[in-house]
Parts: sequence; C-alpha cells; structure tokens
Amino acid sequence: MGLLSKKDAKLITDPLADNNPITIQVLGICSALAITAELKASLVMGIAVLFVLSVGNVVISLMRNIIPSKIRIIVQLIVVAALVIVVDQVLKAFAYELSKTLSVFVGLIITNCIIMGRFEAFALANGPWKSFLDGIGNALGYAVILIIVGFFRELLGSGTLFGIPVLGDPIEKTGVYAIGYENNGFMLMPPMALIVVGLIIWVQRSRNKALIED
Amino acid sequence: MAVNTDKNSYTIIFAVAMVLVVGSLLAFTASSLRPNIDENKRMEKQQNILYAMGVNENEGTGDIAFIGTDKVAEQFSKYITKQLVIENGVAKEDDKAYLIDIKKEQAKGKNGGTRRLPLFVGEKDGKTFYIAPIRGKGLWDAIWGYVALDKDMVVQGTFFDHAGETPGLGANIKQRYFMDDFYGERLLTEAGVFKGISVAKGNNDPKNEIKDDYEVDALAGATITGDGVSAMIKKDLKLYLPYFKTLK
Repeated sequence: MGLLSKKDAKLITDPLADNNPITIQVLGICSALAITAELKASLVMGIAVLFVLSVGNVVISLMRNIIPSKIRIIVQLIVVAALVIVVDQVLKAFAYELSKTLSVFVGLIITNCIIMGRFEAFALANGPWKSFLDGIGNALGYAVILIIVGFFRELLGSGTLFGIPVLGDPIEKTGVYAIGYENNGFMLMPPMALIVVGLIIWVQRSRNKALIED
Repeated sequence: MAVNTDKNSYTIIFAVAMVLVVGSLLAFTASSLRPNIDENKRMEKQQNILYAMGVNENEGTGDIAFIGTDKVAEQFSKYITKQLVIENGVAKEDDKAYLIDIKKEQAKGKNGGTRRLPLFVGEKDGKTFYIAPIRGKGLWDAIWGYVALDKDMVVQGTFFDHAGETPGLGANIKQRYFMDDFYGERLLTEAGVFKGISVAKGNNDPKNEIKDDYEVDALAGATITGDGVSAMIKKDLKLYLPYFKTLK
C-alpha cells in the first residue's frame, strides 16, 4: 500500500469484513432486504451508495466545525437529500435511461441508515480525506453483502444471474429442471434476505470469535 | 476562529442559511434542466406507444429495446396515422393527444367531470392498431402502460412501466416475458361484453397458450402489482368500449 498509509488503508479494508456495516454495525438492513431479489439491482444500489456516501461524507466533514449540534441530524439529512435529488435531476436530463433504472433507489438511498450512520459516527469527527476513505470502505462493505445476498436470491429464486438463465428453463424443463429441480419462490420474498444475511453473520462470527458479543 | 455552535441564535441563522442555499440550489437545477427533462419524457411516451404496437428494436427473447431517441419522432409520425381524443363519445383528431396527462384525466373523471380519452391509431404492415394508455396503482407507486388492440379489442401488444415497484418482483411487469403474455388475449366475450384480462395466480397455463381464458400467468412475489395491472386494464380500457363499437 504505497498510496495510502496503513491507517488510511484500514479505513477501507475494515468495513469489508470485521467492521462490516450490515453484518456488524447492522445498518442499512432495510435496503438489503428490499432490492436484493436481483443481482443487477444489488450492484446498481451498491454503486449509487458508493457515490452518495463518499461525497456526502466529504461534505459533512468539511462542514463539521460549523454545524450546530442541536440540528446536526437534520443538516445531515438535508445534505444527503439535496445530493441525491441533484444527481437524479442531472441523470433525468442527460442520461434518461439510466435514471429510469435508478429511480427506485432514490428514496432508499436517502433513508439508508448507513449514510446517516457514517455521517454521524465518522464524518463529524474526522477530516475530509479520511471521511472520503471511510465512505468508500463502508459503501464497498455494504455492496459486498448486497451482492452476496443478491447472488443467492436470484440464483435459487429465479434460476438466473443478471437476468440470464443459468440453470436451464423451468417451463421447458431443461438443464437441472429436467431432473426435478424447482426454483424456490421463497427466496424472492424479503424475509429470505434476512435469513441469508443471518447466515453470513453466522459464518463471519464463527471464523472470527472476537466478533462475538457476550 | 471559535464559533459557539451551541447558541440558539447561531442555530437559527445556520438553519435559515442552509435552507436558502439548498433551496436555491435545487430550484436552480430543477428549472435549468426542465426543458431537457420534458423533452426526454416526450420522447419516452412516443417510444412507449410505438413499442406497444410492435415498432421496437427487440432482438430474440432479450430485454425490451425501444426505437432510438434519434429517430423516434420520425417513426412516430410515420406509424401513428391518427391521434384521437374521445370526449363524451365523440372522437376528434388532435396531434397533441399523446401529451395528455392520464393522471389528471382520471382525477377529473373521479370528480364528476368528463374525461378526455386519448387513442392512437397506428398502421403497420397493413394492420391497424388502436393504442390506449392505461394507468393504475401498484404496490408502492403508480403503474401505467399502453395497450395496442385490434378493432375487436384483441390485444396486439402491450407496454407496462412503473414508478417504484420492487426490483426482481413487481418491477418485472416491465419485462418482455410478462408483456408478451398478453398478446392475443381477448377483452370482450363472444357476446361483446367487456371482461378484461386478469393477471392470475395458478392458472395452469404458464406458457400462456390458451388465449381465450381472459387470464395471463402472474409473477411470483408480485401479487399486488399484478392485481394493479388487472385493475387498470379493466377500468381504463372499458371506457373505450363505446368507441370500438362504432368501428363495427
């Protein structure tokens, strides 16, 4: 890591595993349930949050000394909402197709607790560069979990990945469907996302005992 | 520079300044981008209408593909021969009919006013299509679409879209395999009574080969969105029945 000091690099790598926003900090669960029925949606959401969280973290960090503490939550909310709306409008004007794909996520991004959580826990107390790295790290940690959950839900629920059938045709009975395999429609329901997240938490904590709380 | 950020006066001044800055930023973006956004929306409507009557760039069984934005205006005037507005049973030509806001018209109808019903007449390969817009409610937000019919009200193509249905579940009404299921389904009974099409669970016809059952196969995990689609087809297309009777 020539580019980043050891401490800075940790800001990015920590949230990927031992301080993951979803499985350890338990933030952003709502959107992890809502949009992980498809791998593509998970990926898009991951990228969108990466952008909003890293830029938002820098903005909040720059303002950290002038924000009145009594209204800091509202200020944070305004910053993230304004950011998301401006980006949404620009996309609507210049990349209409893309904005249609993203429209579902706009509301989910604003209310994503990871964003508010990182503003509150990190950006308010650290400089812009560190906050930027923290934003990237946490968004990546979030995206990794979303993609893992999306992968299993789409594969087992619809038999596809990125919308492409990988297990054969369930109606024509080809591929694995020929030997009696069926898609599990349950996987498409939001509660199954919670169960998949639970399994990830289980695996993670059984590998690293230090993460287990008493 | 030590500002006492805990003082009430500072808090109020900060809040006012923040609202002004953010408010004007948003107002500025919104108004300066408005013409571009409106233009995009206009082209999208034309693309949607053409898609329903089969003028699109679909390949194989992949995703939906619209006519490119560079040629949509030209194709729209080529294929759409007439744009009608039906008001109180009288059909008048109006080449701005596609810009009619269905949401406003529905509200007008609900409040006891007369609804203007836009209908687009298209010609392709010697066949005549009557394309009607529909609009309704999904699980989270609005859903809408365009249905292309022949003069007997048999579906010749559909396009559905949504504002915020769940990705992978309700949002799949925008997938080709769902829209294509509607092709050939009938809206009227033999006797000419309006029946509509239901998005039905467990209709034992997943390949959708039976075309006279007034049903298409539902999407897994999208019951409420599917019911919304059935409802908007039944409600909005029924209003066109008197016009279609005059075509006989």
